[in-house]
Amino acid sequence: MTDLAEAQAAQDAATIGPPLWLLAEVTYRCPLHCVYCYNPVDFAKHEAELSTEEWFKVLREARELGSVQCGFSGGEPMLRDDLELLVAEAHRLGYYTNLLTSGVGLNEKRIDALKEAGLDHIQLSFQDSSREMNDFLSSTRTFDLKRRVADLIKSRGYPMVMNCTIHRHNIDHIESILQLADEIEAEYVELANTQYYGWAQVNRDQLLPSREQLERAERITNEWREKHGNKMKLFFVVPDYYENRPKKCMNGWGNIFLTITPDGKALPCHTARMLPGLEFPDVRTSSVRDIWYESEGFNRYRGTGWMKEPCSSCPEKEKDYGGCRCQAYMVANDPNAADPVCDKSPFHHKIVEAVERAQIAGNPQQVKPLIYRGPKESLQLDRPF
Amino acid sequence: MTAAMTVTTASVPKIGRHFRIQWEEAQKAYVLLYPEGMVKLNQSAGEILKRCTGEANVGDITADLEKTFNAQGLQQDVINFVELALQQKWVETT
Ligand code: SF4
Ligand code: SF4
Repeated sequence: MTDLAEAQAAQDAATIGPPLWLLAEVTYRCPLHCVYCYNPVDFAKHEAELSTEEWFKVLREARELGSVQCGFSGGEPMLRDDLELLVAEAHRLGYYTNLLTSGVGLNEKRIDALKEAGLDHIQLSFQDSSREMNDFLSSTRTFDLKRRVADLIKSRGYPMVMNCTIHRHNIDHIESILQLADEIEAEYVELANTQYYGWAQVNRDQLLPSREQLERAERITNEWREKHGNKMKLFFVVPDYYENRPKKCMNGWGNIFLTITPDGKALPCHTARMLPGLEFPDVRTSSVRDIWYESEGFNRYRGTGWMKEPCSSCPEKEKDYGGCRCQAYMVANDPNAADPVCDKSPFHHKIVEAVERAQIAGNPQQVKPLIYRGPKESLQLDRPF
Repeated sequence: MTAAMTVTTASVPKIGRHFRIQWEEAQKAYVLLYPEGMVKLNQSAGEILKRCTGEANVGDITADLEKTFNAQGLQQDVINFVELALQQKWVETT
């Protein structure tokens, strides 16, 4: 290699910040069947999970680059028997460790072992505030179990972070969801509207709320904030379909987020593997350093150089970096296009049409049966999104 | 602001229950870590917070900072910052 190339590489390494956030998706397996699951629709094809040792290598290499927040998610991460070992290693390396779980499999014995391993925080997801809806949406009987797990989490001195994905079928229950959060003494509550990737994209028309529903839910959340102060920190995330500008997806491609899939692919975001014509590196054969700084998969959409119109000449391009590449691909059929949520996108009408359909209750698209996430459905659908 | 938010030289601040402070070499800074989040601290914030161990009071912390950095008159700055940190729940006081 020439000196020049080396100098260039050193300079790139200096301008590209470290992957501060490492998301370890340790398995795609999950006992639940959420209709909005963010796992890839073809997850059942990616079965060969990384071993304990391989995860250790990932944790070590990412930490060396500066990763400091580490999330263990899935699927259901509790399904990994070695989760305690992974957490212990992450803790030893100096990460702040987060567990994102549905609660299934989290019993007394394992929560004690996780605490012992140094786990810092647990985020518990609910599907709804009522047993009926929770169990309907996840196609399991898990509501009572989650309530017990919430108590368990509290009893071990963990901060209580409750997550509930919001959509057409539960958005009208926002008040009782907030009450549930209050009952389990949540310190942080994330009411995140469904983002339309993965299984949520399959079920999009059935899940997108109407404007009226959305405004009501926002109003109730604000009222709750005023009444209860900052005892619990409330986050309400509106679906970007209702915006005119896209979100700054992942805070910028390859900027701070690094996701490792169960089978060892390194991704700039957990849905990126759907993108065509882009090879994502494998942690079994590449170092995290090479992946982050050198790989085509991470460099392709970094910054603004890859953009085309209307983004390339747009004064706002540094603000949102053109939005989400996956959404551009799914809706505009072109991963290099502007995120169609943007009203400057020539495909924005597709978003508008979906939003308009959502205002008409009971339209044929909306009342189609929901498709539950599961290995059988995954193989049947046989498509990336 | 409630009375609990008032900070004096006798207040003894300690990093909040669900926060952790640590030096991050890659960022050349102290950071505060909490559930799914991180605050990168500037130098003075880092220097103050790392002294919030639940053992020293604000007066001691100020004296130590003035000695370490060979400076004077930091009292009010420290008090202001601890008040802010208290609001953010970065610290608790006793
Ligand atoms: S969204 Fe539901 S089905 Fe998907 S991984 Fe999470 S708990 Fe499992
Ligand atoms: S045109 Fe592109 S860069 Fe400009 S606001 Fe829309 S998505 Fe963002």
